[in-house]
Parts: sequence; C-alpha cells; structure tokens
Amino acid sequence: MSLRTIHPPFRPEHFLITRPARPVTILLRRILITLLLSLALVAQASADDASLRAIVAKFATAKNFQATEAIVRELAGTGDPSVERPLAALAEGDLYFRKSDNAVFIGKEAGQSVRLSDPLTGESAGEEPKGALTKVRVNNSLRRTVRDVTGTLTLGSEDPAVRLAAAETMFGNPDPEAVDGLAAAIAKETVASVKAKLEQARAAAVLRSDLPEADKLAAIERIAARGDRAALSLLIGYENAAPEGAVKDATTAAIADVNSRLAVWAAAQNVWYGLSLGSVLLLAAIGLAITFGVMGVINMAHGEMVMIGAYTTFVVQDLIRGSFPGLFDWSLAIALPLAFLVAGAVGLAIERGIIRFLYGRPLETLLATWGVSLILQQAVRTIFGPTNREVGNPSWMSGAFNLGEMSITWNRLWIMAFALAVFFLLLFVMKRTAWGLQMRAVTANRRMAASMGIRTPWVDALTFALGSGIAGIAGVALSQIDNVSPNLGQGYIIDSFMVVVFGGVGNLWGTLVGAFSLGVLNKFLEPYAGAVLGKILVLVLIILFIQKRPRGLFALKGRAVEA
Amino acid sequence: MIARRLFGSDRRILVIIAILVAVALLVPVLNLAVPQTSAFHVPPYMVALIGKYLCYALLALSLDLVWGYCGILSLGHGAFFALGGYAMGMYLMRQIGDRGVYGNPVLPDFMVFLNWKELPWFWHGFDSFWFAALMVMAVPGLLAFVFGWFAFRSRVTGVYLSIISQAMTYALLLAFFRNDMGFGGNNGLTDFKDILGFNVQADATRSALFSASALALALGVFVTWLIVTSKYGKLLIAVRDAESRTRFLGWRAENVKLFAFTVSAVMAGIAGALYVPQVGIINPGEFEPGNSIEVVVWTAVGGRGTIVGPIIGALLVNAGKSWFTGAIPELWLFALGGLFVAVTLFLPKGILGLWDQWRAGGAERAVSVAKEEGREPDETPPTIVRAQSDEWAKPARGPEPQPAE
Repeated sequence: MSLRTIHPPFRPEHFLITRPARPVTILLRRILITLLLSLALVAQASADDASLRAIVAKFATAKNFQATEAIVRELAGTGDPSVERPLAALAEGDLYFRKSDNAVFIGKEAGQSVRLSDPLTGESAGEEPKGALTKVRVNNSLRRTVRDVTGTLTLGSEDPAVRLAAAETMFGNPDPEAVDGLAAAIAKETVASVKAKLEQARAAAVLRSDLPEADKLAAIERIAARGDRAALSLLIGYENAAPEGAVKDATTAAIADVNSRLAVWAAAQNVWYGLSLGSVLLLAAIGLAITFGVMGVINMAHGEMVMIGAYTTFVVQDLIRGSFPGLFDWSLAIALPLAFLVAGAVGLAIERGIIRFLYGRPLETLLATWGVSLILQQAVRTIFGPTNREVGNPSWMSGAFNLGEMSITWNRLWIMAFALAVFFLLLFVMKRTAWGLQMRAVTANRRMAASMGIRTPWVDALTFALGSGIAGIAGVALSQIDNVSPNLGQGYIIDSFMVVVFGGVGNLWGTLVGAFSLGVLNKFLEPYAGAVLGKILVLVLIILFIQKRPRGLFALKGRAVEA
Repeated sequence: MIARRLFGSDRRILVIIAILVAVALLVPVLNLAVPQTSAFHVPPYMVALIGKYLCYALLALSLDLVWGYCGILSLGHGAFFALGGYAMGMYLMRQIGDRGVYGNPVLPDFMVFLNWKELPWFWHGFDSFWFAALMVMAVPGLLAFVFGWFAFRSRVTGVYLSIISQAMTYALLLAFFRNDMGFGGNNGLTDFKDILGFNVQADATRSALFSASALALALGVFVTWLIVTSKYGKLLIAVRDAESRTRFLGWRAENVKLFAFTVSAVMAGIAGALYVPQVGIINPGEFEPGNSIEVVVWTAVGGRGTIVGPIIGALLVNAGKSWFTGAIPELWLFALGGLFVAVTLFLPKGILGLWDQWRAGGAERAVSVAKEEGREPDETPPTIVRAQSDEWAKPARGPEPQPAE
C-alpha cells in the first residue's frame, strides 16, 4: 500500500469558512483552479516522492510571504493528495525547518522542545530543542490561499468523502472559471451523491458566469432543488445581480420555493424539539404513572426520587473520576441500576413508613409526601450543599448531527430512546409478568386479590418501590440535560402530574401520548408566545381540558373510576 | 338570634372574637402609649411580626372554610392571597407619586426603568384607595368564581382539583415573573411610602395596620361561623361528606361549593392586602406552590373544620418558623417536613381535635366510672360529631383495614 493514499483527517472548518475574496486573489484563484482541475483530473498527476520533497524543502529558503505562496501553488500544482499534510501544517503554523541543514518538518510544541514528523508521510522524526528550529511564517492571506488550494486539490482525491467536501466548498465559493473543470469532474464521477454535489457546485458557478440564459435557468432549478440555507443565500445573493426577465423571475420563484421547503424543515425541527421535551416529560412522569396512575397514591415526593437518581449519578461519576477514569464512558450504565436501587429503597421506606397508613385518604397522602419531599430536599442540601453539582456527558452523548436541515443532538436522541425503552419495559412488566398481574389485580379489587392469596401489602410496597425506582433512573437521564441541584425534582413535579392527569390516570399509554402531545404543543406555542407564556398557555389549556374530560385523554371505563 | 347562638353552643367562637378585638385595641396602646422601659411595652418589631401572623391566620381560616367544611383541598390559596396583595401593592405604588428614584409623577419606578411611556390600562384607578380596596376583593373573588365555576360544574373533585389549583398558582407564578405583565416582574412591588396619607413605616401606622388585621380576622371568624352554622353550612358539610348523596337529594352541589370557594378567596385576598403594607413588599414568590401547601399544614396542625384551629395552627407554625430560621435555619425544612408527616399520621384532627378528643375521652371515662359504681349518668356525654371526609373512600377503592390500623 502506498503511503500517498493516507489522507489527513478531514477538517470541516477548512471548507466551511468562506470570506469574500479580494480581486487579486480571485484572479489568482481562477488561474489556479483551471490549472489544478486540468492537472488533477486529466493527468491524475502523481509526482514522485523526490520531486515533492524538493518543493517542500523550498519552504526553508523562502524569503517572504510571496515566495511562500508561490511554493504553496507549486505544491498544489502537483495535484498529489499527500501535499495536503504540509499545507495544513503550514496553515496551522506547525511547519518548521532546522537551522543546521534547512530540513523541513511538521512540529508539535512540547514544552521546551518540538516533536518533529515527516512533512509528507507524517512519520515521527525525533525531537529538537526550540532554539534549533525556525517556524515557517504564515499570514492570513497565505492561510486563505492554502484553504482554497486544498479545497480544489481534493476534487481529484480517491476518497469520495474528500471529493464531496471539495464540491461543497466550491458550492460555497462559486467561481465561473471552474465551470468546465467541474463538468469534467462530473463526467468522471461515479458516486451518485458526490455527482449531485458536483452538479450543484457547477450550477452555482454557472450563475456567476456569462453562459446563455437556458443554462442559468437550469442552474437555478438545480440549486433550488438542493433546498437548504446555503442554496437560499446563494439565490438571494444572485437575485439582485440577475438580468431582468425569465432568469430573475425564476430566481424569485426559486427563493420562494426554497423558503417554503425550509419552513417545512423548521416545523420538523420544532416537532423534534417537542418530541425531545416530551421524552423528558415522559421520563419524569412515567414513575408517577405507576404510583399515582396505577396505585392512586399522590406522591408529591416523586420529583425528589428523580433528584436522588441524579445525585446517584453524580456520586458514581465522582468515584469514577477519582479512582477509575477509564470507566467514565460507562458511568451512566453503572449509575442506572444503582439509581434504581437507591430510589426504589427510599420509595420502599416511604411506603412502609408512611403511605401504608394513609391508603384511602388521598389528601392526607398528598400532605405527608409533600413533607417527605421537604425532608429529602433538605437532606440532600445538607449532604451535597445547595449549589449545582457537575455531572458530565460521556463521549457518546456529546455532539450533534444533521438530518436534512434539522440539527439533532446525541444526548436528546439517547434520552428519547431511553424514555421509550423504559416505557416499553414497564409496559411489559405490567402486562406480561406475574408481578404485573398481581399489581393490576390489587388495583382492580383488593379484597378479591387478597382472597386469591396475593399478599396485598407487599404488592403495594413493591409497586411503590418500582415507581420510585423508575423515577430514579429518570434522574440518571435528566442529570445529563438539567442542573443537578436539590431543587431538581420540584421543577418536574407539576409537569409530571399534568402529564398523568392529561393522559388519563391508570393508563400507561395515556401517559405516553400525554407527554409527547404536551411537549410538541409547548414547542409550537413557544415561537408565538415566548417560552414562559407558552408554558402558561399549556397549563391553562390543560386546566380547561380537565373541565371537559375530568378523567383525562384515555379514561378508564367502568365503576372503578367513580371514586 | 345570632346573639343566642353566640352565647349558646359556640362559646369558643365568642372567646376568640373577644380576644381578637381586645388585642386590636390593647396592642396599639401598649406599643404607643406605654413607655419603652415598661414591662408591658410591645416593641414595634413584635407588632409587625404578629400583624403578619394574623394575616396568615386569616388566610388559614379562609382555607378552613373550603377544606374543613366543604372538602375542597385547594393548593392554590396562596394565589388569591398574592392577588389581593398585588392589588394593595398597586395602590401603594401609585401613592409614591414623584418620590420614586426616577421622580416620575405617574409611572412607578420599574415602568420608567423598562422605558414604558404610559400607565397600562389595568393600573388606572388604583390611585384611589376605595377602588383598590374593591379590587382586593373583586380580583381574587372573580378568579375563584371563574375557576370554581369551570371546575365544580364538570365535577373535578378531590386530588384532581388540588392538582389543577396548584397548576393555577404555578401558572400565575410564571406569569408574574414576566416583566411584560406590568407588575414589576421578578422584583415585584416595593419601596412603599404612604397608605391613606400616613407613612407606612411609622409606628402609629403599623399599629393601626395591626389592629385592622386583628379586626379583619375577627370579622372573618364571625362570617365563617355565620356561614357554617346556617342552613347553608349544613349543606356545605353534606357536600363534604357525601357529595353524590346530596346531589341525589336535589341540591346543586356545584353551587354550594362555588359560593364557599369564592367567599374563601375574597377572605384570602383581604389577608394579602393587609399583609403587603406590613411587610413592605409583594413579589411573585408569593405564588410559589410551596407557600400554598404550607397554608394547608397550618390548617391541618390547628385542626380543620374548627374555625379556631387554623388560627392557632397559623400562629404556632409561623412562630416556630421564625424561631427556627433564626436559631437553626438548616433544620427548619426538616421540622416542617416532619410536621406534615406527623400531623397526617398522628394528628388527623389537629391540635384542637386532640383537645376535644381528650375532653370527650375524659367525659366518657367519667360515665363508665359512674356506671361501674352503679349510678346512672345524669346526662349523655357531649359527643363531637365530625364526620370523616370520605369523598374518596367509596366502595370501589374503599379504605382497607390496613395491618397497622
């Protein structure tokens, strides 16, 4: 395998940053692009290693920026993909030459010395003290040249991803001189997605050129078909420059078209935000759907169970940071069962200690559990302090990716998947296991269940512990997107009750539908009413809704609800 | 007739009204006329503190009317209290005139700060005390009427009502935090100068406000007592104990509840209006759902459905709060939380209920002792008839004989 096929890591920032170029550089670039495209595409040049090294070595003797720029051009002129490494290093200011023998290296500063590597292959070439080296100086115009050059250079790359990125760069900086070169590239291209991008880049270039009107109309159509923000800004930029008549009308129509498509994407993004909020609500409410929905116990300390789960995550991460830093990505997986057990145990204690004396007296239960929530909050405040504690995101939950015109963050996606997983697991437990059967039997008819030999007090206790434990694992997930403070739970308690009441008490599916519809409704009201007013409107709507359907969206039928 | 009832069975009510009126007359004298060196002198801070407690007591009493006598556990009574407070606060803001930091004769400081050019329409009229006093009662009353009309008509009862009343105060909390609402946003209304031309800070004004609070509480006790001992009061208790049965007998349970709820909200609004000039500030924090739940615990500690109990509860719990937050602040929430649990588990009828039980128990013991000695008891022992609120204890999900009971 040839070393030349090794590419430096793709860096999107090299391609995405675009600045208006000065006339001189535009002229230079045009020449360059023509040169490069012909070289890169027609000849598929691959200058041999020695000649490349000879050019790279010239960096050591360049007297000024103009000379350096000429070397950059020369390097790019070879059309060899391996010149990207020294060029990128130059732009970063990492290119050095040794004073003693003028040998050029890529260097990384490490204290007083510099770690060197070969400019073409990237192989390590030992260390030198800083004093023995001179940095190849670079300025902004040089950096821009390097960026332009690498952008077009890569059109001839063997890696489709690199070609794709190059096409994107050229779409962002359309250049009429590149039309023919791009046409040649399109003809050679075999990967469909890259070909489409190349065609868009060519269309963008056509708009700037003096080609006949028919070509421009076709180009506008192609750009409009792309339908994203880049296309929109390109078209808007062109609208003023376009000649009156068919081309201008087509541009205006295309802008309207792209705008309407972007509006659809914006709505989709809103739905996503809504679903994301809905999954948070679902997580917070799902434990309550068990304790309140199934058992009929008003647990005002539910939010504190969520908080206990979040603090369990904090303790686990704290221990991991201190003792096993390598396990950090696993911290959430470790925290999940622990949070379930801790919150479940606290729930069990509350049920055995307080709630079992208050069955059939819901208002008293409400007050007693509120008292418990105050005690738990103050206990956490005493142990961990009143300030927010830091809970980190593991690497697989950080970052975001794009889907069409929507931006989706990984942590939100994971939380949604997790919320659904917990929901279906709970549904399975309730509907398909002996324990779930006992739970439902006790809820439906306690005396009959007891006569059948079910130990109803234990079923009560375990059901409450299950609901609390699920609130605990919700806390693990919510610690990733919310502040971990003693007040964490309070923010969720009213929302959780709203979800359960809205969805219909005693119905898990109602909780699911309730959570997602409230989330989406909230996010759709926000742009019109603002975040706070949107929330108020949702609360008012729920209050009105409860007037209409006092038993929620999916009410249980039959005598059992006439309580 | 009222006099007969007062001097007859409900001596406790008479006593509390007498105490309140006496306190209203005596404390200003002890504060203003008695020299500071005297042992009977009541220091001004004490006047302010107890005046505040009396407002809380009126709030607890208003909750007692709906919870104790009608079975409606409202977790949003703090909202009515705060609305009454805001109405009074708006009057006090208008009284500042051009003495504010920005010296604007019409606009309160926060509006000048927000660059508002003219007074919002809902601030008009609040420069007159009588309009403000009307609003103190009308705004909470109207909100309670609308909220109750919707809720009771669709038979939202029990915990559902509790939760949506909590959502109501939460929504108001969020709304009043907004600067755009025109109520001072986060900071609320403060920096008051005058009330009816008297300096709010002056000792004499504070004493007068104290007396007003004590008299308002006395009036509240009297009105509540009138309501619950009337024929309508029997209906109220009937709705509390067996709503469906009352409805089947031909009564409109929703109207019965609506009346009690509205009257109670008006009382809470008056309490808030008296509270604001005494503490000198009203901000959205008063809408916190936690505050409303705290009112419930005052009522529960004293004994709900007893009129006098909530007053004792409010005074005791708040005195405890003042002491705790001064001496060992970090333990206050533990104490309050423990109080919630202890009251519900061990004192379901509150302090007053415990007292009555003890007295009744004493009487029963006397009867049984008399029986053992072979004597006939001369009269039937007084029994305290207080039905359990069994609205939720219907056959479908009836109270189970729990192992611990």
